[in-house]
Amino acid sequence: MVELPHFLIVSVALFVLGFVGVILRRNLIVVLMSIELMLNGVNLSFVAFSRYLGDIQGQVAGFFVIVLAAAEAAVGLAIIILIFRRRGSVQTTRLTDLKDEIHAA
Amino acid sequence: MEILNNQDSLWYFLPESVLILTFVVILLFDLPENWSKNRLLAPIVATIGTVLFLALSFYTQQFPEAITFHGMIINDAFTDFFRLFAGLTALITIFLSLKSKEVAQVRAEYWALLVGITLGIPMLAASNNLLMIYLALELISILSYILVGYLHNTKTSSEAAVKYVLYGATASGVMIYGLSLIFGVTGTLNAIEIRQFLISNPAEQLALFIGLLMTLAGFGYKISMVPFHMWAPDVYQGAPTPVTAFLSVGPKAAGFAILLRFIYTALTQDQGGVYVPLKYIDISTLMAVFALATMTLGNFVALQQTNIKRFLAYSSIAHAGYMLMAAAALNTEALRGVIFYMISYLIMNMGAFAVAIAVINDSGSEELSAFKGLGNRGRKGALAAVAMTLFMVSLTGLPPTVGFVGKFYLFSAVIEAKIYWLAVLGVLNSVVSLYYYAKIIKYMYFEEAKEQKPFALTGFSFPSLIVGLAAATVFFGIFWNALSYLTEISAHLLM
Repeated sequence: MVELPHFLIVSVALFVLGFVGVILRRNLIVVLMSIELMLNGVNLSFVAFSRYLGDIQGQVAGFFVIVLAAAEAAVGLAIIILIFRRRGSVQTTRLTDLKDEIHAA
Repeated sequence: MEILNNQDSLWYFLPESVLILTFVVILLFDLPENWSKNRLLAPIVATIGTVLFLALSFYTQQFPEAITFHGMIINDAFTDFFRLFAGLTALITIFLSLKSKEVAQVRAEYWALLVGITLGIPMLAASNNLLMIYLALELISILSYILVGYLHNTKTSSEAAVKYVLYGATASGVMIYGLSLIFGVTGTLNAIEIRQFLISNPAEQLALFIGLLMTLAGFGYKISMVPFHMWAPDVYQGAPTPVTAFLSVGPKAAGFAILLRFIYTALTQDQGGVYVPLKYIDISTLMAVFALATMTLGNFVALQQTNIKRFLAYSSIAHAGYMLMAAAALNTEALRGVIFYMISYLIMNMGAFAVAIAVINDSGSEELSAFKGLGNRGRKGALAAVAMTLFMVSLTGLPPTVGFVGKFYLFSAVIEAKIYWLAVLGVLNSVVSLYYYAKIIKYMYFEEAKEQKPFALTGFSFPSLIVGLAAATVFFGIFWNALSYLTEISAHLLM
């Protein structure tokens, strides 16, 4: 029998995998995909809780998260295209124009 | 206290509806080829929309306080204040955008996006439902990403935007996961019902605590709280300067509004003006540590900045630290103090950015060295230098400026809450900040300018905005009764 904990374990796994991807990957597109993975973990958690509690609010929240994930991906991809046009690369390691400069005071 | 249905709630939503309409109308300006030739049309419509929004929010202020849209949005004095705040911030930003050379060639959508963020500020401040909080936060965030990357032909702008979008999306992803955990444990998304659940089930629950911490990550990112501040300096430096000015005041205040509303509503119990944290969730100490870390890091890193926008970014992180003390103090005085501080921060920070925009227009450089010798460069230069001096004195928190009164209220609330160590360390932090704010004053008066030509600050309206903000800094620093009356009626949360 598949119970609430099983769903939650999958949801945590998705979320953590996404988060690790955001931190470790160096390609902007892959980072954006990792964020989508995190949001899928969120959706699973919302829907599982909703089913468990018998409360429809969680499923509604899931729908809104899907919509916002799409909006975020659209804006994110547009900005990544902008980066690619300017620099010819989508590697995070190349984004070094803005940083703290260390001076001797 | 009554919970209104959707139809009755619409009257309360009148001011925001005007902003939605303005947003849609301005977006249409970009469609026909020749419409956008008149560049002033879109900002004028945006101004009219915002003024109408302010006027209608004065009208809806007279309605009895109520929980609207089936518990989604709360209309209380606190919400009314943030409508006023958002409107004023938007008006000043529209003006600064018109005067800044960086955004002289923008399309109509720029103004639409500004209006859109302005719509998000009161909606975030009024949210009572976890889902509503997420939606309003994302409304502000997604539009901010676009505005930050608006300068397509500079490298830094797009870099700032991509850093902002990745950081922001991750932070809000962490937050919504936290919200789903809170939903799972308490069985509700409504902040008021969450408090009722926590009071009737006072057992320690690890999942709930983790959920709260993850939620704080989302709020913390919005207000640039340490350790979620890393995006702020890069984004503030890369964004067009008027957008930076807007981001450092409007969305940040909205982040504070929802942080305070969430903590005061869901996590504490009102006992006659003192909000006692619920059992097992010592939110007061947690926020005190965050406040101290934020102000200390902001102040010490600001010491060695050479770019004016980066400098103001770290300064704004430090000010977020001061305002976070209100989330630690947890009493009515703290709410009043933080509202007063937000008004004073609006005046002095917008003033500092106005002078910075004038200097960037004149020199084309964002380095602090562009301020050198400003005081000796003709009458306009002297005027800008005097105004900047007042803003710097106010940001430090010295009398007779409005920044001093704001800090006074905040620190007295912290002392009222008996968190003495935070008050002492906070005051010491202000002393550190004096060093770097005074550095700008030193540059303006005691160093030689590279070129001794008169400072180019043409026209009538831009100098008068700077003079007006400088005058407000001093005026409200001496006669703060009017402002403290406003804060007293605004510091009321319906819960």
